[in-house]
Amino acid sequence: MKFSDEFESRFTEMVGHYPTKRSALVPTLLYAQDEAGFLSDEVIAEIASRLDLTELDVRNVISYYSMLTTKPRGKFNVQVCTNISCLVRGGEEILRHCSKKLGIGNKGTTPDGLFSLEEVECIGACSWAPAAQVNYDFHENLTAEKIDRVLDEYKNKGTQ
Amino acid sequence: MADLVSHPDEVRVVSRRLGQGATDIDRYLELDGYKAVRKALAMEPDAIINEVKNSGLRGRGGAGFSTGMKWSFVPKQSAKPKYVLCNGDESEPGTCKDRLIFEHDPHSVIEGVMIAALAVGAKSGYIYIRGEYRYLSNIMQKAIRDAYAKGFAGKNIFGSGRDLDIYWHGGAGAYEVGEESALMESLEGKRGIPRIRPPFPAVVGLWGGPTVINNAETLASVPHIILGGAEWYAKIGPPKNGGTRLFCLSGNLAKPGVYELPMGYNLKKMIYDVGGGIPNGRKLKAVVPGGSSTPCLTADEIDVAMDFDSVAKAGSMLGSGGVVVIDDAQCIVKFALRTMKFYQHESCGWCIPCREGTDWLKKTLMRFHAGGGLKKDIDNMQYLSENMLGRTFCPLGDAAAMPTIAFVKKFRKEFEDHLEGRPCPFEKEGAVEQLPVLA
Repeated sequence: MKFSDEFESRFTEMVGHYPTKRSALVPTLLYAQDEAGFLSDEVIAEIASRLDLTELDVRNVISYYSMLTTKPRGKFNVQVCTNISCLVRGGEEILRHCSKKLGIGNKGTTPDGLFSLEEVECIGACSWAPAAQVNYDFHENLTAEKIDRVLDEYKNKGTQ
Repeated sequence: MADLVSHPDEVRVVSRRLGQGATDIDRYLELDGYKAVRKALAMEPDAIINEVKNSGLRGRGGAGFSTGMKWSFVPKQSAKPKYVLCNGDESEPGTCKDRLIFEHDPHSVIEGVMIAALAVGAKSGYIYIRGEYRYLSNIMQKAIRDAYAKGFAGKNIFGSGRDLDIYWHGGAGAYEVGEESALMESLEGKRGIPRIRPPFPAVVGLWGGPTVINNAETLASVPHIILGGAEWYAKIGPPKNGGTRLFCLSGNLAKPGVYELPMGYNLKKMIYDVGGGIPNGRKLKAVVPGGSSTPCLTADEIDVAMDFDSVAKAGSMLGSGGVVVIDDAQCIVKFALRTMKFYQHESCGWCIPCREGTDWLKKTLMRFHAGGGLKKDIDNMQYLSENMLGRTFCPLGDAAAMPTIAFVKKFRKEFEDHLEGRPCPFEKEGAVEQLPVLA
């Protein structure tokens, strides 16, 4: 299992922050997932051995956190918020629009592996609702036209 | 990047440096940065605690507990190391204020953590930022590195002979981790299952050591209190409700945004003046005053001062400062359903009343919204919710029950309008999700 130099230096720094190695687990999993695309058996085994945990310990933690996944996702994970502030400003319409445009349902992935779609809970963009995140990027004050443009840009980026 | 707004009634304390380039440490220093921690270094720990106590600062995460009081619970002597933990796991629906602090003024949080550490005698502070806020974690990581490079953190801070380490930490998506004992579990690399109390974190917290846990906005307020004085801060708000609050105005408003207003600001004025009122010729139906877990207020109940005690007197909670405005085009049953779907999704399942209660309530509300509700379900929802209250390790059960009780009580007619297979009166295309209709 090979991670980037940036991952390795951050990992080394992070483990030194805490009195117990295990404490670095949650952020380490997320950074590992960002590089590997998802938390494969191989990644889980690697992190478990680095932090002196069993694979079961690691899997138990993974299943608790909604951002962590053991299944592959699209290169661009489109996360549309439909929680209350987004709901009253058309968040569900944005989700339906994305679903139609991408041709996939909630938690689905496009056949080319470029996009996946997810209905998510509050992402902290309430005053700029409706909002979505594509991977870690926020897209706010959305309309159907705006999210179309956003998705087209990612598509261009992904197929270049 | 979130847009900034302004209004003449704002009193800029925590938001003073928003849009000022204060992520740069030199710019932060120009804007009175790190002056408060230098002042605190020359103060006795008890004097710092008293200053914060006298300022009337109360927890901005939602519970509204006196910050100075919380700090005073940490034992002076401890065999185990003491810790300060900044809660930046902002995830209460309706709340988006800590995001602005991290984005524009990360050093104020670091400085607040440092002052708290000096007050309680901790040598390490952790700043926990939710996983979705990756760009903010990057900003914070740089800010911490810059503080170390200047000698403000680490060994011998500011040449004082004292050591104080500041670390960042990140989550990976979990509302419940915003609860303080679950937050500690998460930081220790575990599932965010709440701990039973007592012992309270101030006595047994992170890795068994005494721990102070405060919300990011609370900690970012502390340097201003130390510099401006408790008396100045306390006077901004009504008695026992010192200072300002970042109110996150969202929902059906003409000018949503995060505004810093004095504690005790009138809610009606907040909606119609600051927030620009309800657009599209619509009328106000209800407002959720402090994040999704707080009971809604109807249009007739909004002449209320937005401070902890006044909102409590009005039967709700000031909570996290997330003011969600609902106009008369919205269906309350659907709004209640979306709220409950959230709590059902986020319940960790540890306590049965919460795990079962949220699931039953979600299913009942789904059926209700689809027109398959039974009349007795209305009272059942009330009964179920009331039996969740106070019966769980952490407040997530209460957070799910309280708004439901208010929706059912205050909008009973709307629930009745969904009975007998009638389509939702607000839904253009009919309710999307269906559960079998009961006979």
